[in-house]
Amino acid sequence: MQYTLLILVLPLLSFIVLGLVDSKWKPKVAGTIGTVVLGIITALSYLTAWEYFSMHKIAGVYEKVIPFNTEWLRFTEFLHIDLGILLDPISVMMLVVITTVSFMVNIYSLGYMVNEKGFERYYAFLSLFTFSMLGLVVATNIFQMYIFWELVGVSSFLLIGFYYTKPSAVAAAKKAFIVTRFADLFFLLGILILSFYTKTFDFGQLTSGDASVFSGATGATFLGFSVLSWAMAGIFIGGAGKSAMFPLQIWLPDAMEGPTPVSALIHAATMVVAGVFLVARLFPVYVTYTPEVLHGIAYVGAFTSLFAAVIACVQTDIKRVLAFSTISQIGFMMVALGVSGYGEHEGLGYMASMFHLFTHAMFKALLFLGAGSVIHAVHSNEMNHMGGLRKYMPITNWTFLIACLAIAGIPPFSGFFSKDEILSACYEFSPYMGGVMSFIAGLTAFYMFRLYFNIFWGKEHKHHHTPHESPFAMALPLVFLATVTVFAGWIPFGHFVTSDRANYDIHIEWSVAGMSIAIASVAIALAAIMYRKESEVPKKLATTFAGLHKAASNRFYLDEVYLFITKKIIFNNISRPLAWFDRHVIDATMDGFANTSQWVSVKIKGLQSGQVQQYAYVFLLGTLLITLLVLFI
Amino acid sequence: MADQIIFYILGAIIAIFSVLAVTSKRIIRSATYLLFVLLATAGIYLLLGYNYLFAVQIAVYAGGVMVLFIFAILLTNRPGENVKTELPVRRVAAGLTALAGVAFCGHVIYWNIKKVSTLVAQSDLTPQQLGHTMMGTDKYQYLLPFETISILLLACIVGAIMIARKR
Amino acid sequence: MGDLLTNLLAGPVPIEAYLGVSLIMFFAGVYGFLSRRSMLMILISIELMLNAADINFVVFNRYLFPGHLEGFYFTLFTIAIAACETAVAIAIIINIYRNLTSVEVGNLDQMKE
Repeated sequence: MQYTLLILVLPLLSFIVLGLVDSKWKPKVAGTIGTVVLGIITALSYLTAWEYFSMHKIAGVYEKVIPFNTEWLRFTEFLHIDLGILLDPISVMMLVVITTVSFMVNIYSLGYMVNEKGFERYYAFLSLFTFSMLGLVVATNIFQMYIFWELVGVSSFLLIGFYYTKPSAVAAAKKAFIVTRFADLFFLLGILILSFYTKTFDFGQLTSGDASVFSGATGATFLGFSVLSWAMAGIFIGGAGKSAMFPLQIWLPDAMEGPTPVSALIHAATMVVAGVFLVARLFPVYVTYTPEVLHGIAYVGAFTSLFAAVIACVQTDIKRVLAFSTISQIGFMMVALGVSGYGEHEGLGYMASMFHLFTHAMFKALLFLGAGSVIHAVHSNEMNHMGGLRKYMPITNWTFLIACLAIAGIPPFSGFFSKDEILSACYEFSPYMGGVMSFIAGLTAFYMFRLYFNIFWGKEHKHHHTPHESPFAMALPLVFLATVTVFAGWIPFGHFVTSDRANYDIHIEWSVAGMSIAIASVAIALAAIMYRKESEVPKKLATTFAGLHKAASNRFYLDEVYLFITKKIIFNNISRPLAWFDRHVIDATMDGFANTSQWVSVKIKGLQSGQVQQYAYVFLLGTLLITLLVLFI
Repeated sequence: MADQIIFYILGAIIAIFSVLAVTSKRIIRSATYLLFVLLATAGIYLLLGYNYLFAVQIAVYAGGVMVLFIFAILLTNRPGENVKTELPVRRVAAGLTALAGVAFCGHVIYWNIKKVSTLVAQSDLTPQQLGHTMMGTDKYQYLLPFETISILLLACIVGAIMIARKR
Repeated sequence: MGDLLTNLLAGPVPIEAYLGVSLIMFFAGVYGFLSRRSMLMILISIELMLNAADINFVVFNRYLFPGHLEGFYFTLFTIAIAACETAVAIAIIINIYRNLTSVEVGNLDQMKE
C-alpha cells in the first residue's frame, strides 16, 4: 500500500509547479496538468479502496493499516508529532470522496473558468486544497490533522478571495479565515488538554479502546466537568467552526463570493465535512468517556439544522440557498453522530452519518455545479433573473432535478437511504429528536424544490441573449455525479464503514421511511403549487408572516450581532487600550532606548571635536588621574 | 652664598616672566617675555656649571628660535586688528588644571626629594672631555645620537621648506 | 638680621628650589597651551614646557648623578630637536595662514571626521 504516499505527494507537486510557473505557460497547460494529476490520484484512491476493503479484514473487523509514518518533531518522551498515512474505513471513504469531487471540479473548471485572469493560480490553489484535505483525512495523529486543518483553512481563504479585486470577496475570505481560526483556538486547547492527560497524540492509541491511555484523566475535573469533557468539547468547537455549526456558521454564506466550482468543492463536499470527520475519527473517545459532550453535539447540530433550513426558505440568491442547505445537512450529520452509540445496532447513527456524508458530497457538488452552469448561462445569481430555463438547458435541468430529489429523500435516489438511516437513529434516541429532524427534512424538500421551480419553471425573464447549455467540460461532471447519485444508495454501506469497523447489515425501517417519504412529497407539492407557475401565494405568505420573513431574509441578524460584539465591545474596550499601550508604552520604551543611545552618542561626538586643546585637556587630566591612582593605591 | 642670590634672582625672573608670557594679551610681548625666560634658563645652566649648555641655549634658543618666532608673529598678524580674548570659562578651567598639576607635583617633590640629594663639587668640563664624549662610540658616548640628530635636522630643513614654499 | 640672612643663604641651593622653578615654568606652559587661542601662543607654551623639562634633566644630572653626563647630553639633544620642531611647526602655521588667513586654533577642526 505504499503507493498511497503518491496520493498525497502528487497534488503538492502540482501546486508547487503551477504556483511557480504561474502565467508563463498557456492556461490550458495549467488546467491540463491539474486535471491529469487529479485523475491519477482518483484512480489511485479507487485502487486503495478496492485493495483495502477486499483484503484487510481480520476476524470480520477492518484493521487500521499504516503504510507510512515518520516522526517529525519530538516534544517529550511521550509526545511527538508524526507525519503519516492511516488507512481505516472512514479515511479510505474520504479519500474516494475527496478525489472524486475534486476531479469533477477540476474538469468543470476547465469550462467554467476559461478566459478568467489567474487561471493558473486557481488550479494551483485547487491542488493545494486537495493536498491539504487529503493530508487531513489520512492523518495518523491529531497534531498532523491540526496542521493540515490549518492548511485547509489557508487554501479556503485563498480560493474564496480568488477575485481579490472585489472588496466583498476579500471581506468574505477574511471572515472565513478569522472565524475558523477562532474556532481552532479551542481545537488547540482541546488537543493540548487531551494530550496532557493521555500523553499521546496518536489516533491509534486514543481510539484503540485501551482504557489505560485515559488513566491519567480519571478523577481530574475542572468546574464540575471532567477534563476529558473540556478537551473533547474544545475539539468539537474546532470542528464546529469548520463545519459551520451555530453560532459559527456566519462565514459559509459569505464564502459564496468565491467561484462556484470552489463552492462545490470546498463548501459543500469536503472542507465543511472536516468537522464531522473529526468527531467521527475520535468517536470511540467521545462515546466511551464523554457521552454528555456527544449529546451536546446532537443538540447543537439539530438547532443549526433547523435554523439554516428556515433561513434557506426565503433566500433569493441561489448560491446562498445552497449554502444554507449545506449547513442544514451537516447539522444532520452531526446529529446522527451525536445520537449514536458504539457497536452493532447502537452504532447506527455513526454509520448513517458517514453514509450521508458520502451521498451528500456527491449530490451537493452536483447541485453547486448545476447552479454554476445556470449562473454561467444567465450571468446572475438572483432567482428573479431566472425562470423557465428548462427549455434551454436540458442536461442541467435533469441533473439538478435528480439532485433535488436525492436531497429531499425520495427513493430510489441515494439521499433517501442515508437520510432514512439518520432519521431511524434519531427516533431511537428520542421521539422528539426524530420529530424535529423529520420536520427539517420536510423543510429541506420544500426549499430545494422552491429553488428548482424558480430556476427551471415559472415565468421567463428577459435576457440579453438566449441562455445556452453548458459546454462539454461542464456537462460531463454533472452527468457523472448524477449517475453516482442515482446508484450510490444501493451500496451496502454497513459492510464498509461502521462505528466498530465490523459488519452491519442495513435494513430499512419502513415506518420511519414511509413517514419521511410522505412529508417530502407534501413539501414538494407545496413548492410546486407556490412556484411552478407564477402565483400570488408566496407574496401573501410573506406579508402574513412579515416579521419572520424579514428576520429570516436577514439571517436572523446574527451577522449584526457579531459585528456589534466585535466593533463596539471588543475593538473599543480591548483593542483600543491595547493598541494605546503598545504604541505609547512598549514603543515608547523602544524609542526611548534609541533616543537615549542617540543622545549619548551626540554627547560623545563632542569628544571628537577636532580641537587640539580639548584633546590636550583630556590627555592631561587622564595622565594626572592615572598617576594619582598609581601612586596612592 | 653668591650662588643662592643669583639663583633666586634668576628663579624669580623665570617664574614671573613665564606667567606673564602666557597671560599677556599682545603676542609680541609674550615673545619678548619668552626671550627673557630663555636667557634666565641659560643663566641657570651656567650656575650649575655647564658652560657649553649655556652657550648652546643662547645661540640656538634665544638666537635662533626666538628670531623664528618673531618672524612668524610678524608674518601672521594683521596690524591694528582687534585682539580677541579667550572666554573666561576656558581660562578658569585651564588655570584650575594647572593649579591641580602644580599642587600634585609639588607634593610629590617635597615629599620625596629631600631624602636623596647631595651636592658634590665637580670640576669643570673641558672641551676635550665634551668632544670625546660626543664623538665616541663606547658606552656613555654619543656619536650615534649626534648623527641621528643631524639627519633629523636635515629632514626638518627639507620639510619646512617644502611645507612653506610658495605654490 | 644680617646673620639670619647669611645663615639662611649658607650652603648650596637645595634641589627642591630648582625643581620648584621648573615646576612653575612647566605649568605656566600648560596653562598657556590649554587656554590661548593663537597657534603661536601655543607654540610659545610648548617652548616653555620643553625648557622646564630641560632644567629638570640638568638639575638631576648635577645633584643626583655627579660624574655622569647623561642628563647634560640629553638636554643638548633636546634643544636641537626643539629647534627643528619649532621650525617645522612655524612652516605649517605659515601655510595655514596662507589658506585660512587666521591662526586661531579653533578653526582647525577638520580632522575630526
